[in-house]
Amino acid sequence: MDFTLSKEHEMARTLFKEFAEKEVKPLAQEVDETEVFPRGTVEKMAKYGFLGIPVPKEYGGQGCDPLTYAMCVEELSKVCGTTGVIVSAHTSLCIDPIMTYGTEEQKQKYVVPLAKGEKLGAFGLTEPGAGTDAQGQQTKAVLDGDEWVLNGSKCFITNGKEADVYIIIAVTGKVEKRGRMQKEISAFIVEKGTPGFSFGTKENKMGIRGSSTYELIFTDCRIPKENLLGQKGKGFAIAMHTLDGGRIGIAAQALGIAEGALETTIAYVKERKQFGRSIGQFQNTQFVLADLATKVEAAQMLVYKAAMAKATQKVYSVEAAKAKLFAAEVAMEVTTKCVQLHGGYGYIREYDVERMMRDAKITEIYEGTSEVQRMVISGALLK
Amino acid sequence: MKIVVCIKQVPDTKGGVKFNPDGTLDRAAMLAIMNPDDKAGLEAALRLKDQYGAEVTVLTMGLPKATDVLREAIAMGADKGILVTDRVLGGADTWATSTTIAGAIRNLEYDLIITGRQAIDGDTAQVGPQIAEHLGIPVISYAQDIKVEGDKVIVQRQYDDRYHVLEAQMPCLITALSELNDPRYMTPGGIFDACKAEITTWGRADLKDVEDCNLGLAGSPTKIAKASDKVRKGAGEKIVPDSPEDAVAYIVGKFKEKHII
Repeated sequence: MDFTLSKEHEMARTLFKEFAEKEVKPLAQEVDETEVFPRGTVEKMAKYGFLGIPVPKEYGGQGCDPLTYAMCVEELSKVCGTTGVIVSAHTSLCIDPIMTYGTEEQKQKYVVPLAKGEKLGAFGLTEPGAGTDAQGQQTKAVLDGDEWVLNGSKCFITNGKEADVYIIIAVTGKVEKRGRMQKEISAFIVEKGTPGFSFGTKENKMGIRGSSTYELIFTDCRIPKENLLGQKGKGFAIAMHTLDGGRIGIAAQALGIAEGALETTIAYVKERKQFGRSIGQFQNTQFVLADLATKVEAAQMLVYKAAMAKATQKVYSVEAAKAKLFAAEVAMEVTTKCVQLHGGYGYIREYDVERMMRDAKITEIYEGTSEVQRMVISGALLK
Repeated sequence: MKIVVCIKQVPDTKGGVKFNPDGTLDRAAMLAIMNPDDKAGLEAALRLKDQYGAEVTVLTMGLPKATDVLREAIAMGADKGILVTDRVLGGADTWATSTTIAGAIRNLEYDLIITGRQAIDGDTAQVGPQIAEHLGIPVISYAQDIKVEGDKVIVQRQYDDRYHVLEAQMPCLITALSELNDPRYMTPGGIFDACKAEITTWGRADLKDVEDCNLGLAGSPTKIAKASDKVRKGAGEKIVPDSPEDAVAYIVGKFKEKHII
């Protein structure tokens, strides 16, 4: 077993780190404070191929592996959780399902501009009454001639108003399953600007405040018949498989936030003086940092393992769930303790750890809460 | 158009310079990066490639580890990388280095050679112009802007308080300043391609029209007696006197204060 990164991955990390430091970090505080979507950064990321990292070159991508993609989200999130999730939602939740389930026409039409970063992607599964209970979907799609007619709404959608292409999960009928009638769920590709597709309220969030989280509203929204993604009735499976990949992205985001908080805090404790010495010279500080660094490295191992599993295995739900569960909880613990090590300054907006602690919380919630990850992991243990 | 860009792997001096006990640079303790002026030169070449179409070859002389900067250059968009490496070339000063690089370039077709103005580990600014001398081609140093028109280059050459606009017939050599541009980043896909790219490696036997007496440590007329980190100067004092008389009185006062006069 070799834990050494390849030359490619080392160079990719250098690239992402340099980009994050120069282009993303200077804007992180402003993005958080003003809740402005960092469009300029997204355009720069598009120029350098960051929006299509794991996509084959023939579909406009960079032809790299999921580990390179995870490292990109990690490095971006080290300095700005908002920027990390923009890339993650776009890549994992929009491009990935089209690459996996789309027809050749759909790949050419949607993946190519998405991977080149000419367009931005989003994914709509959650509804006001259907979060963890994804079967509780109310949004309906009815086939009318050559068009599907969508009615309903989606909430908490990342890249909400800024995206151009949306994967939308909707109910297309009822089917009998093990003697019980259940909703038949399907997946669709919906373009921004389609009549009947509008945006509701913008969410005012605790963290990742620049990420454009909106409600999507569909009122007799007619989309072409060929925009059904995958087979009719396979929407739930598509959504779950998509979230398996998404969880690797969010795990990488959580890992990045934890690493960023730890790095910032290490620098802080060397400078901050109390009782005539730097607080890094106190054993309490040293032991806290030692524990946090150990957990961060363990999280990195799980995240990288899950990313490698996506490259080599057909099913990687458990690896992704473990990575997300652990990395998200580590991110929350690390940022909370880093705020504590900063003392009063850690509670002040001027200090990055304050934002990082708020950004970390969502990683325990979206794309499957920590409780859902435990269900996935224990389900595999006890089946 | 064919462009050769000479690049060098140097220790990153941003985090301070580290020395071995014998006074030589402790390269192992410092990160190795592409020399900033050379990176600007590479970016200039890549912009010419984007604008006019060109084949960009990057060339470096150094230890096998220097292939890292060649791969970085390819990941940014260069087409080919050549490493010149040989034990007999070690310890070269600017004369032996420029002789070696010129000997390597003689194997190549080129319209334009771009080098950085100077490397941050030596700060001599000699190698670029010396290569041009060895090859018998014009050189324009300190370029802050480069344009190509037909078979000519039009270059703004930077001075302290002005710039000169110079025109030269290609083939020619240009030395680039890091202020010339903001170099592009690598791309993730470019990195994966660069790591698979074949790097041409040349040794002493591949150098054309060079004599052994001009190579390596033995062929280097410069001997380094001692190296040290630069001593940082204070910010100084800036005053704006009301009249020349006040200025003279102030300076004379300072001289007296320091017992200079």
